[in-house]
Amino acid sequence: MVKDQEFLKSKASYCLDLAKKMGATDASVTVGHSISETVNFRNKSLEASDRSDGLALSIETYLGKRRSSISSSNLLNENIKTLIEKCFETTKITPEDEFNSLPDKNLLAKQISSLNLYDETRFENNKKIKYLKDLEESASSNNQIINTESSFTENKSNFILANSDGFCDGYKTSSFAASCVTVAKDENSMERDYEFSSKRHLSDIKQATDLGNKAAKQTIRKLSPKKIGSEKISIIFDKRISKGMLSAFASAISASAIARGTSFLKDKIDEQVFANSINVIDKPDIIKGMGSQNFDSEGVNSNTLQLIEDGILKNYLVDTYNGKKLNLKSNGRSGGTTNLYFEKGNISYEDLMKKNSRSLYITETIGHGSNIVTGDYSVGATGFLVEDGEFKYPVNEITIAGNFKDMFKNIILANDLEFEYSVNSPTMMIEGMTVAGK
Amino acid sequence: MSNFFNKSDLTRQNADKIVSDTLNNCDDGELYLEESKSESIVLDDNKIKSSNYSSDLGFGFRAISNEVVAYSYSNEISKDSLKNSSENLKSTLKSIKGTYNHEIPKSNKKFYEDINPIEQKSLDSKLEVLNKVNDFLRKKDGSVKQVTASFAGEQKSIEIIRSGGEALTDVRPLIRFNVSVMLEKNGRKETGVYGIGGRQSYDDYLKNDNWKNVCEEAFRIASVNLESKPAPAGEMKVVLGPGWPAILIHEAIGHGLEGDFNRKKTSAFHDLMGEKVASEGVTIVDDGTIDNRRGSLTIDDEGTPTERTVLIENGILKNFMQDRHNARLMNTRSTGSGRRENYRHIVLPRMRNTMMLSGNQTQDEMIKSVDKGIFAVSFGGGQVDITSGKFVFNCTEAYEINNGKIGSPIKGATLIGDGPSILKEVSMVGNDMMLDPGIGTCGKAGQGVPVGVAQPSILIDKMTVGGTKL
Repeated sequence: MVKDQEFLKSKASYCLDLAKKMGATDASVTVGHSISETVNFRNKSLEASDRSDGLALSIETYLGKRRSSISSSNLLNENIKTLIEKCFETTKITPEDEFNSLPDKNLLAKQISSLNLYDETRFENNKKIKYLKDLEESASSNNQIINTESSFTENKSNFILANSDGFCDGYKTSSFAASCVTVAKDENSMERDYEFSSKRHLSDIKQATDLGNKAAKQTIRKLSPKKIGSEKISIIFDKRISKGMLSAFASAISASAIARGTSFLKDKIDEQVFANSINVIDKPDIIKGMGSQNFDSEGVNSNTLQLIEDGILKNYLVDTYNGKKLNLKSNGRSGGTTNLYFEKGNISYEDLMKKNSRSLYITETIGHGSNIVTGDYSVGATGFLVEDGEFKYPVNEITIAGNFKDMFKNIILANDLEFEYSVNSPTMMIEGMTVAGK
Repeated sequence: MSNFFNKSDLTRQNADKIVSDTLNNCDDGELYLEESKSESIVLDDNKIKSSNYSSDLGFGFRAISNEVVAYSYSNEISKDSLKNSSENLKSTLKSIKGTYNHEIPKSNKKFYEDINPIEQKSLDSKLEVLNKVNDFLRKKDGSVKQVTASFAGEQKSIEIIRSGGEALTDVRPLIRFNVSVMLEKNGRKETGVYGIGGRQSYDDYLKNDNWKNVCEEAFRIASVNLESKPAPAGEMKVVLGPGWPAILIHEAIGHGLEGDFNRKKTSAFHDLMGEKVASEGVTIVDDGTIDNRRGSLTIDDEGTPTERTVLIENGILKNFMQDRHNARLMNTRSTGSGRRENYRHIVLPRMRNTMMLSGNQTQDEMIKSVDKGIFAVSFGGGQVDITSGKFVFNCTEAYEINNGKIGSPIKGATLIGDGPSILKEVSMVGNDMMLDPGIGTCGKAGQGVPVGVAQPSILIDKMTVGGTKL
């Protein structure tokens, strides 16, 4: 069983009391406990099973404008005492930083509404095994599939965040995740693809057979890929890739990147940065949402933020420290976005596919090719050549490149938005990017 | 050396008994105990931005029978907690019986000292170096708009207890010193990053004001990039510089030669043992035995002493990298490549220091031989799809080559290639093999482990460069 609030609260207040007693002017502490169980299958039999049970503690102590932090997994009082002593000793010799402080008291979350983020259902390992058997049975039904690997993870977590201004709150969350990776082979090639489902509640997880079938189908269609020539072409990003554009956008508008001057979106508030049909929203209070939260990692209340309105940048993602640097109030985004999404567009998936007589549909990218300082983007890619709205043949060993500043202004979104993950996007088209191939 | 048994009700005798009792009917497995102490001190935007110390203690208990691995970890070292884990393992493996393999090779060699780098340098003197870095770079040139500098240090103590009470221990220091600088000129911004590190004390790396060289290198890379032009797009010849660009070897070849993917036949290399996979003259080794290197290990995380494993010899595929589990299932021996990020993770076969050895040509000869291509000197990260064999890596410093001469710098671009065929495109191997500066971390299945790479300059006849200029 995951530790209850009482236990975590008692550890948190022990830490705060001790820090105060040693002379800290302020302190904040997070105590968490998490239990996960994972079962792994391969080629329809059990491959591994693991159980993890972990406590985690992190403390920040302040002496005026001096601050330092420690973290540990050992929650014995004797160890905590040694660590807080060490932390406070370090705080004393760390230089002052005028922007260091706990969050403003009046921004702290006051009322916690239930977002239904915890499902207490226990999915015993034998049930996980049954699920994975069914999944792999369907994933391997086509004889081009030569290897299947799948896993089911169940996680239950609880945490308390407390600070010396009297904030003390936390809540339980759960997650269930099933995934499947399949390998297919023909005379020309061997290819891999995947499918997964991750939810707060067990009953929302995709059916085992659907997951297996989809992974297999997505893998088989990649067999015998061709390399295409280098050219400018319009690119359609599958939903699992288009959401990555939002993640790059989010890192470019974090207050830390803005305050440091290391973002291509610095000083762009109230300016057009996306096509004027684009709206981007970060919504923390979606019931059962994978990214939902009642408050951020500092205890600051988080409300829905419209980040992009009609293509115009409206807000940065602000935490206390960087907010003070920028003279902005925290908007509860210490720790980043919550449930981030593009509002759906007004063209159907089918029409998007047919918009150009020839386009490239991308299902996977590899590499770390996003530079948020310059906006340059260049990644390896795998996908399909699309002609007249139909997949013609699979394509690989190519790269796609552009610059976010231009790419964002050329985005066209389909109307197929679904809320599956913590970051969600409809299928996306960007015209005028460069493909490097032969 | 940590004593894992003096702070709880778990005695060494209890632990031995529970381990032996649990693993009795299994093929392999061990209790892995770990204590780590780590620090991170970061200067950013003219201030000490964070100073964090962290301590972590826990165990991972593993039992293996046939192809099934049961694993349980906890950060509570106690009799109850270990017994709980034991019950978990037994229930997973209840219907599968094995025969415990007690054999584990021994060696007295050590590749680094038992030091705690965090304690060997005072916080004050670390702060002083970070402030000097900041002042030095900001005074150096008016274009310097942002400086980040950091120290990261760690001491990890491990003890492996095998069935029958055999115990193996290791103490592993690791440090890294890093500088990142952003320049702004005529409205353009570019960053340059450089770092150094390994398994010695901070001062071993920082003596003779070596921090200045790190600053100069980060500044130089950023300055080059301020002048960069859009990169070309398409297939062309690529000359790679020595040292860190060997992450090409790591991505293109290394991952595909890890035992697990080959046992499962999901690697593009699984049926190529003994075959020619590279040009003649190409020899690649994975070596855990180089003194004080970031990827070196005295013993791996299963207790096997590390070694120098020849992967490709003169173009021919010779060995995969193995941990005990995959080695047993493939009827071979462990190469001392069983690694894990920490006690929370299962062991996987991983790389250590992956190196292409020197040939006898010069970098000049390579550049002169290229009519149109690029010269890539430094890289960010890379990634590979093991199954299709396609891999990428991102240039952070590269130049055009026109008619045998190095031309303008080009913007960061991704290079993509095919692992099983790329080494056949290597037409020249340089005589200038160099180790990387000690900064690599390899990710696999969500686990990061420190690694090293090395190579001489090489000429690749055909690779796709992912620029924007057609």
